[in-house]
Amino acid sequence: MNFKSDVLVIGAGGAGLTAALNAKANGASISVITKEYPTRSQTCMAQGGINAALGNAGEDSVEAHIENTLKSAHGEADEEAVRFMCSEALNAVAWLDSIGVCFSRTQDSKIAQRTLGGASAARACYAQDYTGLKILHTIYDRCMAEDIEILNERYLLELLKDDKDKVCGATILNIRNGEIETHYAKSVVLASGGYSRIYDKNSTNSTASTGDGIAVALRAGAKLIDMEFVQFHPTALKNSSILISESARGEGGYLLNSKGERFTNELAPRDVVSRAINEEILRGEDIFLDIRHLGEQFIDEGLPQERKLAKLYENVDPVHELIPIKPVAHYTMGGIEVDHKSQTNISGLFACGECANHRVHGANRLGGNSLLEIVVFGKEAGVNAALFAEKREDLEEVESGFSFLDELQDFKNEIDFYAKREFIGDLLYKNVGIVRKKEELLIAKDEITSLLSNLTLMGVKDTAKAYNTNLVEFIEFRNMLEISLVVIQSALKREVSCGAHYIV
Amino acid sequence: MINISIKKDNGFVDYEVELADATLLEVLTHIKTKIDNSLAFSSGCRSSVCGSCSMRVNEREVLACSYKVQDGDRVEALKNVTVIRDLVVDMDKSYSFNAKAKAWLNATSPIPELDHEDEKINEVQSDCILCGSCYSACPVYAVNGEFLGPFALTRVWKYVSDKREEGEETKINDVQVNGVWDCTLCNECTLVCPQNISSKADIEKLRMKSAQYGFMDPSFASFSGGFGSFDGSPSF
Repeated sequence: MNFKSDVLVIGAGGAGLTAALNAKANGASISVITKEYPTRSQTCMAQGGINAALGNAGEDSVEAHIENTLKSAHGEADEEAVRFMCSEALNAVAWLDSIGVCFSRTQDSKIAQRTLGGASAARACYAQDYTGLKILHTIYDRCMAEDIEILNERYLLELLKDDKDKVCGATILNIRNGEIETHYAKSVVLASGGYSRIYDKNSTNSTASTGDGIAVALRAGAKLIDMEFVQFHPTALKNSSILISESARGEGGYLLNSKGERFTNELAPRDVVSRAINEEILRGEDIFLDIRHLGEQFIDEGLPQERKLAKLYENVDPVHELIPIKPVAHYTMGGIEVDHKSQTNISGLFACGECANHRVHGANRLGGNSLLEIVVFGKEAGVNAALFAEKREDLEEVESGFSFLDELQDFKNEIDFYAKREFIGDLLYKNVGIVRKKEELLIAKDEITSLLSNLTLMGVKDTAKAYNTNLVEFIEFRNMLEISLVVIQSALKREVSCGAHYIV
Repeated sequence: MINISIKKDNGFVDYEVELADATLLEVLTHIKTKIDNSLAFSSGCRSSVCGSCSMRVNEREVLACSYKVQDGDRVEALKNVTVIRDLVVDMDKSYSFNAKAKAWLNATSPIPELDHEDEKINEVQSDCILCGSCYSACPVYAVNGEFLGPFALTRVWKYVSDKREEGEETKINDVQVNGVWDCTLCNECTLVCPQNISSKADIEKLRMKSAQYGFMDPSFASFSGGFGSFDGSPSF
């Protein structure tokens, strides 16, 4: 089956939907595809807030926001891009307010703001502890109002390029019926999310954060940068890697080792705290978050989700007990390189959100800047993709060639890829994680290389055509292997520690 | 050791799983990756905000990620939606009711300032994760497949009750047919909502607003003049 639109948006989280709205507002016809449903994307998990120097809770300025962002980025950010994002933050929040996001408010009728790590002011606008969820759902409602076509449960396989190397669409697996669809478009926006799930269960992320768009872009010839920068969040539940929000420490929570001793400044940046915890763990300590002294009332008002999740997954009630935690992969700063128009090095291919690298986070993202990025650069990508489509006259409908799905028919199925996925997740966590050593990186590199060459010995046991998640998960696994290799190669190249990349 | 029955395309299949004190999602993932690669289910965040893993256990809607498995549990897909495979359902039609009910903001300009009390008016309604549990539990779909349904009507109330909404009357107009009056107020939606939202209560509020704009319960309206007998017994 063939589809056609001016702009094809791949991914329906906050970035993709914002891009779609803005492309449509600029006159383009739009299709959005997502491998799940829009409201299920990673955006819904963001809790902390969205940064904008509104100064509603004490003095603040755009300049201070820029300064904090650059400092956290450890010299790896593009100042012009950061300046643009922080200045646009005011418009971004005003827009979200105008479409109905239920932000928390102050008594004097302002959008409430709170302080997150690394910020010199209370800058993060929030919607109780569901900021991402409420932003995402409101943008989704806006897409309904604008009649944006969203095709659910469609999985990106490859990008299509014409003989001038311009992108002209994508091949897509309709997960529901197992058919391959070709979608032609004058420009394509990738908004397909990050790659934290290469660490498998050692990640706070949704199981969908498998970096598909990044891997597909790489195969199409796109340039990836800063892939070694992976942010590890200090406090995830020990067994399930479920995130315990930074506000637990922001409000006065302690980190304790098995002896009940505090061992670090809990309010230091995420990378510093994660390393301190990691050091203790390597010494054989178990690490706990202690918020008992904050009191039941505070916990129920400020951290209700956390209390529920700690009870469910760790069988501890944070009101009375210590919460066992460990640092896990949380956000991937690296991604597809884009210019100031959000365009990649492939003509007609744009990118935004976590899959893109606008160089606004550098070596370490500041809390509250990811929701901001998806709105600000989602808009830029959408507008520029629409302008590109408008100017483009030719659209060659090239045939998709021999694909991985065809090759897959002959795979041997001797090695269980689920076991390997788990193995690689643990290996990367250990060898390409919070603290890296050259020898360990090389070991991980060998493992990944060998698994990539052994893909033909793996494969899919489920032969059904309809809704074959075994198949989708295998393709995701291949994408994650390819990305992991780039992460390791980039980590090997950067021999000096920088932000989230710490090498000894 | 836990025994669990999962309804797949050809009926219930029993699995034995050695996982103690696990969530249903952990058990399903274990089965999928270690016992039966063909099992189909949806999941995402593991922390009850993405709404992907809603299903029924012992005929009751749950999120698999927040339900602890008990020995002998019977797991099935949601109701009132088409099953694509095993526990995976097609949500397209149910989500389309958000658009049919025009569940979005028609903002006033300039945007009025909202205070802390204004925030609280629709805070709970905006916690909805669109898991579809309420939709599955709603008995109205047995008789009316075009009912706008609990989550879409909650979403409409969210916007109607928002100070920023300027088209309140239009919004109320849009939920008269297959809308607020089709609900039986049975409260099943409230009982299964993982976010403690009561669509039933929101629908009652929409009914009150509807009455303010001159609408009334059509089934009630049809009784006008229909109370024929002197003893007051209804004629239906």
